[in-house]
Amino acid sequence: MAVIDLANPTRFLALVNRLLPWLVGATAVLFVLGLYRAIGAPDDYQQGATVKIMFLHVPSAWLGMFGWIVMSVAALGTLVWRHPLADVAGKAAAPLGAAFTFICLITGSLWGRPTWGTYWVWDARLTSMLVLLLLYLGVLALYWTAEDPGRGARAAAILSLVGAVNLPIIKFSVDWWNTLHQPASIFRMGGSTIDPSILTPLFIMAGAFTLLFVTLHLAAMRNEILRRRVRTMQLMQAQALAEAGA
Amino acid sequence: MNLGPHSDFIVAAYAVTVFVVAGLIAWVVLDYAAQRRVLGDLEERGITRRSRRSSEG
Repeated sequence: MAVIDLANPTRFLALVNRLLPWLVGATAVLFVLGLYRAIGAPDDYQQGATVKIMFLHVPSAWLGMFGWIVMSVAALGTLVWRHPLADVAGKAAAPLGAAFTFICLITGSLWGRPTWGTYWVWDARLTSMLVLLLLYLGVLALYWTAEDPGRGARAAAILSLVGAVNLPIIKFSVDWWNTLHQPASIFRMGGSTIDPSILTPLFIMAGAFTLLFVTLHLAAMRNEILRRRVRTMQLMQAQALAEAGA
Repeated sequence: MNLGPHSDFIVAAYAVTVFVVAGLIAWVVLDYAAQRRVLGDLEERGITRRSRRSSEG
């Protein structure tokens, strides 16, 4: 099957139906392994056991941003190439990205209280992450409230592209401004500052969360394709009834 | 496993994550079942998509 064939929703559905059981299995295996390693990871010399919150907080932060990248690429597909699956991909990614951003904010807040002494500060990293969640809610509102799905999709695509400006702000906020949030400690010049005994379970958990995102995204795309088929068939039924009555 | 003096924060973080992820999984699974059910009902009433009719014809 060529990549271009995936533009056909029927072929895409067939591929998703074949892939999903494997993805579900791989996600479960990686989560079991990741949680086993996370539980066995040593306490941090400063933060103690609260470092275990990092195994949830960091992957969900990455996926919150990853979800918006998926939506931005999908937005290009919707507005420029009018790819039949682009809007489906964008719409399916929005609730997932919002959920992971929400997890990031809540777990970060629960980590901040014992570490910083406060649940929340209006510093650049935390605020830009909150803005990301609000942008997600805006996109969802556009999808859910538009009477014409096509217009809603175009408006959501434009907001997705505009909102992408927030991604580098989130990433570099800890470098550009003086923040309570720590600077980059995983992907940085000179290598990670985290000990491998904690870094390895973090990467396994990040892999597990990423597979979970991909699995849920493909499943949600399948649902959205089916929803559009239902809508088309309901319109055909209404049209047939109207013609019969005329 | 000793989670130390801040165990409540750690347990709460994991509980919130499990709750949200379980909600996402439930949403995807229930939505799939709902769409399949409606599609099945429509097809039982003899309504099929044009593309399907042309591919079968």
